[in-house]
Amino acid sequence: MAKSPAPGRPVMSRVRFLGSAKSGTADAWNMRITSVALVPLSIAFVAIVLSLLGKDYAAVRAELGHPLPAILMLLFILSGVFHMKLGMQSIIDDYVHAAQLKEWALIGNLFFSACIGLACIYAVLKLSVT
Amino acid sequence: MYALPWRANCIRGRGIEFFRGESSMTEPEFGASGIEKRRPLSPHLQIYRPMLTMMMSIAHRITGAALYFGTLLLAWFLIAVSTGGGAYDAATYCLNSIAGKLILFGFTWALFHHLLGGIRHAIWDTGHGLDHPQREWLARATLFGGVVLTVTVWTIAFLVR
Repeated sequence: MAKSPAPGRPVMSRVRFLGSAKSGTADAWNMRITSVALVPLSIAFVAIVLSLLGKDYAAVRAELGHPLPAILMLLFILSGVFHMKLGMQSIIDDYVHAAQLKEWALIGNLFFSACIGLACIYAVLKLSVT
Repeated sequence: MYALPWRANCIRGRGIEFFRGESSMTEPEFGASGIEKRRPLSPHLQIYRPMLTMMMSIAHRITGAALYFGTLLLAWFLIAVSTGGGAYDAATYCLNSIAGKLILFGFTWALFHHLLGGIRHAIWDTGHGLDHPQREWLARATLFGGVVLTVTVWTIAFLVR
């Protein structure tokens, strides 16, 4: 049985024998998975944007409403938003030290990412459905 | 608050000191047993000579943060397309302006720079390319590749439209 963590002791002795938190590597792993997905998806995104150039409004609507570009856009948005949420989270973890400000920054990060993700997905789905 | 004691040491002319001196300690970090007062400190960023790999590490973060806020542009554009012709015309008018083009050019570069930086990190994750000549080469390739891909895409963009 682990001894209770003593204040004033170095960190190692406080965490030893307590076991892992199990979820410690989830963010790092999800960062890798989304980045692998984003390599082809961001290339596809650039290709889709290039294909929109010089087209009028009706053609742009039709192009983005077509299943293949729409699905690629949705995958790009999903993995991109997840990736950027994790990325900004690690930036906040590294640079924002004041406890309260850090919590607000993390909440703001989550809200921003969720809003961007939902707005983009809604817009793409609307183009596909209507 | 590590920057203050470090700077205080430098100003007093004690040279590079990797241990936090007692005189510059304002608050003990782990209680007052006295042992913790001489823990080694990591040298601060301004001590290092700027190196390419280090600058690329910072650039990876900055481009990532730029892309984070750049998604506002994507959301704006997609919402404008799904809203109607008027909103679409307003959005494309802004994005086609000189300022809009500059922002989009920066967005393109940030995307490719961050993409290649991510591939570089993926190579490092496998344990390869960490030695000195390889990591320098990877840093240069990332920098060069990002610029080349950006210019290529914009050349295509101007040819297509």
